[in-house]
Amino acid sequence: MAGKTHGADLSVRNVRKVYTGRGAAVEAIQDLSFDVKAGELVCVVGPSGAGKTTLLRILAGLLGSTSGEVALGGDLVKGPPPGMAVVLQEYGRSLFPWMTVAKNIELPLKEKGVPKAERKRLVQEALDAVSLADAGRSYPWQLSGGMQQRVAIARAVAYEPQVLLMDEPFAAVDAQTRLELEDLVRALWQRLGVTVVFVTHDIDEAVYLGEHVFVLSNRPTILLEKVTIDLGANRDQVATRTHPEFGRLRNHVYELVQHAKKGARSLDEAGLAPAWLPANGETTVRQRELITAQALAAPVVDATADVDDAPVDDAEQAGSAEA
Amino acid sequence: MTTRTTFRVPGWALGLAGVAVLLLVLQVLPVAGVVDRRFLPPATEMFQALSSWFVSPQFWTALGQTLTTWITGLAIAFVAGTVLGILIGEIPGLRALTASTIEFLRPVPSVALVPLVVILYGPTMQSTLILVVYASIWQVLLQVLAGVGSVDPVADDTARSYRFGLLTRIRTVTLPSSLPYVITGLRLAATVALILTLTGELLIGTPGLGSLLLIARASGQYALIYGLVLVAGALGLAVNLVFRQIERWTLFWHPSIRGEVAA
Repeated sequence: MAGKTHGADLSVRNVRKVYTGRGAAVEAIQDLSFDVKAGELVCVVGPSGAGKTTLLRILAGLLGSTSGEVALGGDLVKGPPPGMAVVLQEYGRSLFPWMTVAKNIELPLKEKGVPKAERKRLVQEALDAVSLADAGRSYPWQLSGGMQQRVAIARAVAYEPQVLLMDEPFAAVDAQTRLELEDLVRALWQRLGVTVVFVTHDIDEAVYLGEHVFVLSNRPTILLEKVTIDLGANRDQVATRTHPEFGRLRNHVYELVQHAKKGARSLDEAGLAPAWLPANGETTVRQRELITAQALAAPVVDATADVDDAPVDDAEQAGSAEA
Repeated sequence: MTTRTTFRVPGWALGLAGVAVLLLVLQVLPVAGVVDRRFLPPATEMFQALSSWFVSPQFWTALGQTLTTWITGLAIAFVAGTVLGILIGEIPGLRALTASTIEFLRPVPSVALVPLVVILYGPTMQSTLILVVYASIWQVLLQVLAGVGSVDPVADDTARSYRFGLLTRIRTVTLPSSLPYVITGLRLAATVALILTLTGELLIGTPGLGSLLLIARASGQYALIYGLVLVAGALGLAVNLVFRQIERWTLFWHPSIRGEVAA
């Protein structure tokens, strides 16, 4: 493989986006702030129309924000930054049909100034990594949808980015292929150490893939909750998805998204306790550790409960959140 | 459905049959006396008149001159139209700035320029070339403009996110995306250029097939006039066939050409 590329921190500060144009101005994003640490894989979910794609385009530097700032590895994003690769949902349109698969992958490297021999090696390694070793000389349209999206991923991997942005990359492939591609993304992420922001409308996918899941509100978008997914480093389509914790987190995110659809703009309005607070009020030692760590590290979570007190009296917190 | 599996006549055979029917009508009408055969001689006489010319170098020289004027004019129009189209399409504001001028100049018939070019260059190939270029450049320019405007926003986002430079973007994204439009423009321009080449030769007397027509008319050789018209028609047909083939070669990746492939 192309060796570990080092991920970069991604920081989003008070980003707001208002679309002006014909007709009334539309406030797509009201105020978003969050951090993604170098080498983390986070997923972004929200009801449809939550400005997920708008957010991703702003992160990618393809779209300017109305106010606020995005920084990648400490540098402000003003246009598409170096060291960032984007994988879009529409693989059929983001791959150039007039070039072979290998040329598609090679072109960004050429543009980056990578020498020829190095390019050949990176292209082949990237194709190997997505199990398409022999597809280099085909044209994208000769491949199936899932294979085309693999090519788009290979192109991003060969680019050796510090940050990989993925915008609903598997929304247009069939369910079986989707599961394979999810595992591919996890495997590549672990191998490369790259920071990944994965936007999806699929809640199961988000919980399965992410170390954290950012749940967005309806537009004008704000962050409802940063849910930490404590399902370990090695995820498995069967074992992970049948794990009780997976079910709990999935249901929590699902409920929150349902409330967000109806217009809830905080956990409080949704009538939910934060995911890290067990609903029945009983806590294991492991959960207590987590809760403490969360409370210290992530004040982003709008505490229905008072964050500082959280580890002390969970039962009461959970109770008050339900009230 | 049994009708679906029966033998189908291939397209080229139908095309040939169409030509045969036309020639047959041309043969029958004067022979049957429906039209005056002095002014519309039977097809066999047209070919006879033409065949005597086929052996004369004068005919081949004229054909060569016509083809030279046509290809030169088309090449100039194609290159200039493509470069202008990309500049106007890529440079912000330039499209709005030029739109009204283009719409004003485009409908001006090339033929209206005949007096002007004759004064400037006399009965030379240059005069006809100007007519040819003027008439055919619009076909290319407008198609290229449409093509540049048709670049898929997803492809464009991809190019931008991988930080492609302007020239790389034009070469690897804009041009290939607009190629279907460019080729259509080229095909339209080729036909228009051929028409204007013959028009110039007829009206200005630039050497070529058109001026042979003038000679045939002056000497009352009606069969030859028709023969030359048939040659011009055959040229147009050949041009179309050649450009369709070019389309197939360059647009092998386009959904319209590649047809049914596993998607």
